Amino acid sequence: MFDNIANRFTDVWRKISGTANISEDNIKDALRAIRTALLEADVSLQVVKNFTDSVKEKALGEEVLKGVRPGEQFIKIVHDELVRMMSEPGTLDEQGRAKLKFRGDRPTVIMMAGLQGSGKTTTCGKLAQYLKRRYKKHPLLVAADLQRPAAVDQLEVVGKSIGVPVFADRASTPPEVCARALEHARKGGNDVVILDTAGRLHVDEDLMREVQEIARRTQPDEVFFVCDGMTGQDAVKSAKAFDEKLPLTGAILTKLDGDSRGGAVMTVRTITGKPIRFVGTSEKMDGLDVFHADRIAGRILGMGDVVTLVEKAQTAIDEEKALELERKLLEDEFTLEDFLGQIKSIKKMGPMQDLLKMIPGASQLPLDQINEKGLDHVEAIIHSMTPKERRLPEQLNPSRKRRIAAGAGRSIEEVNRLLKAFEQMREMVQGLKNQGLMGRAAAWKLGRDKKKMISDQQKALNVAKKRAKANVRRAASDMADFRKQFGID
Amino acid sequence: MVFGFFRKKEKEAPAPEQAPPPVAAPAAEPPAEPEPEKKGFLKKLTRAISKTRMILSRRVLGLVGLGQKIDDAILEKLEEAMIEADFGVETTDFLMQLVRKAWKASEIETTDQILPYLRKDLHRRLTHRGNAVHFAQTRPTVILVVGVNGAGKTTSVAKLAWWLRRQGKSVVLAAADTFRAAAVEQLRTWGQRIGCEVVTGADRADPASVAHRAAERVLELGSDVLLVDTAGRLHTQKNLMDELRKIYMACAAKRIAGAPHETILVLDATTGQNALNQAQMFKQAAEVTGLFLAKLDGTAKGGAVLTINEKVEVPVKFVGLGEKMEDVQLFDADQFVEALFDLEDLKGQEAS
Repeated sequence: MFDNIANRFTDVWRKISGTANISEDNIKDALRAIRTALLEADVSLQVVKNFTDSVKEKALGEEVLKGVRPGEQFIKIVHDELVRMMSEPGTLDEQGRAKLKFRGDRPTVIMMAGLQGSGKTTTCGKLAQYLKRRYKKHPLLVAADLQRPAAVDQLEVVGKSIGVPVFADRASTPPEVCARALEHARKGGNDVVILDTAGRLHVDEDLMREVQEIARRTQPDEVFFVCDGMTGQDAVKSAKAFDEKLPLTGAILTKLDGDSRGGAVMTVRTITGKPIRFVGTSEKMDGLDVFHADRIAGRILGMGDVVTLVEKAQTAIDEEKALELERKLLEDEFTLEDFLGQIKSIKKMGPMQDLLKMIPGASQLPLDQINEKGLDHVEAIIHSMTPKERRLPEQLNPSRKRRIAAGAGRSIEEVNRLLKAFEQMREMVQGLKNQGLMGRAAAWKLGRDKKKMISDQQKALNVAKKRAKANVRRAASDMADFRKQFGID
Repeated sequence: MVFGFFRKKEKEAPAPEQAPPPVAAPAAEPPAEPEPEKKGFLKKLTRAISKTRMILSRRVLGLVGLGQKIDDAILEKLEEAMIEADFGVETTDFLMQLVRKAWKASEIETTDQILPYLRKDLHRRLTHRGNAVHFAQTRPTVILVVGVNGAGKTTSVAKLAWWLRRQGKSVVLAAADTFRAAAVEQLRTWGQRIGCEVVTGADRADPASVAHRAAERVLELGSDVLLVDTAGRLHTQKNLMDELRKIYMACAAKRIAGAPHETILVLDATTGQNALNQAQMFKQAAEVTGLFLAKLDGTAKGGAVLTINEKVEVPVKFVGLGEKMEDVQLFDADQFVEALFDLEDLKGQEAS
């Protein structure tokens, strides 16, 4: 799904890249394509319309900048508009934590509401875990879902797994349970109360009244609308209904680890006007992240998600090792041994297709043709060398090569290709050393004005550690070179 | 003629949003009066798609109601109107392809033929694979139920069990969702209410082993049907899809010939474009044979089933319309398509 969006935008880019200036005429096609792309990304029609209107207004009003192609300028407008629409200043504190309305006079009440199956109970657990870890809070989970069989048990199991107490009373009514939970928290020393309400359809008037009653009696400080990230056009209706009936303060989009991205986020944000506060990924209790508009925008626009890539790399790559590698590379001491280590790190980061998708522009590559086996073969070849051979590959004679090929079960040609690729990579690194990072960005054909976009991304990048970044970029280009050299594709 | 006049006027008006005049049906035969017991279903379904239909009728029918000759410009307008009517890109593309093909083949020539054509064609497409549940020749029949997290699998399993019980069949439930907290308890509660045995495993037990044991149990009891509930999994998670494959194989490997006889994918009707990916991946892992379209009682319309039916070749078999176990119906293509394009009812809607 994500590929589709990215590809479509790539087409749009191409379409207007060659034109001289932004006009009603040439923007029409682009806007139409953007509309289709966003609709395919499950953004609601109404939201798409508003969006394309405001993009059009901005694009037409804008002076064509010198030295920038109108196409690129237009894309920047689209990107900025996406980010502007989805972000809300002041939702994060200086430590990058979600800023929440904590109170001192009584336990903070956080209420979760949403449709059935949107992931409320799991998200309640994740949020409790988040508050515990990041804020050192002592949350109390409240089982206010007395509707679905065993929902209370589910919350109890979740609470147990993260060491958070659960307040429940199966014999009572949800508003009553919530009101009493507040009292319970006060006595028990819990400073945050998280209300897990039952899933309900927005057209179910009785249940909507019930959830209103809960809100009235507990006066929640935060009310989060929990929405399944895979929701389609229907998001507009449910978001609207919940926003009308409840004093929503934000939204949480769940299941974003699937292959559907973006759409519902934009819809919920626009329809409710409330900020998206968190995104849920994975079924594990630590699968909750604060929302970053630029990351989602980048994904929708097919610009890749470098930040996530960097984060992934950080978890897979040992920083000290990376530093050492970098030193070696720069001092030309990089050996096949190190190379092998790098391949292993790359493989640890997950399937290559997924990684490549995060690299800007990579959506144009024929990703489905990449054969992960190529890496396995390289590994096998290096494994078949003696440590000395790995250090000094230029000393390999034909007889050694034959032995290595036989040991790895590959052909001599493949061994030769690897050695050649490795040599070229070393040369390339030397070239890079002189060019610097920005030089590569420039090589990425970016206009002057787009540098702001870069610097925005760079800012985000700086949040992640610098070292890992350099390493990933290198890994990315290595991968590309590899593919070329080995005909992996 | 009167309506033609109105429409013309509407088209000339620059702002079509401004309360368009009521549109009546072209002279189509009135839909057959549904049987009383089906009425509730139709009503719910009608409500579910009523909003779509309202806009569809106003904007789209404004275009297709007239007996104009079809040309490219009109088709483009129709496409636009369908997008406006919130049909979704995939569904619109699909319907327009049908219309264009029929037009090129001279099956339809004027705009008023479009709707009847679509009605007939969609009905054929939605039914030609057969929507009935496939039961084993000799019992037991094994039905595997799969889907993403939160689609409504366990509730749907309960509904299926209730429906089967009402058909006079004895049912055993297998709680092969050993992952989600309290999923087993949820199923057990349903089992008690419906009156069927629930085979469970230990927490975090291998779900394939639960399926295996349940199959043994069903043979022992000589029950008619075994329903296997599985954990929700995103179709992008390879290891979980591999696990599903294993569950599928566990069902298949049993002494029960041809098992599982059905693999039902529970699809949340509110799901967007992702539905197609889901169907594709689940079919790959577990040979999905039918869809259970859940949560159709909201405002979602489940148009995704049209493309799934076409591209993944999996028919809809059941529809879920509420939280209670009796809120389940066999999929009825007639009603689905009628509700989608039902124009008679519109007059009443517009009047009220």
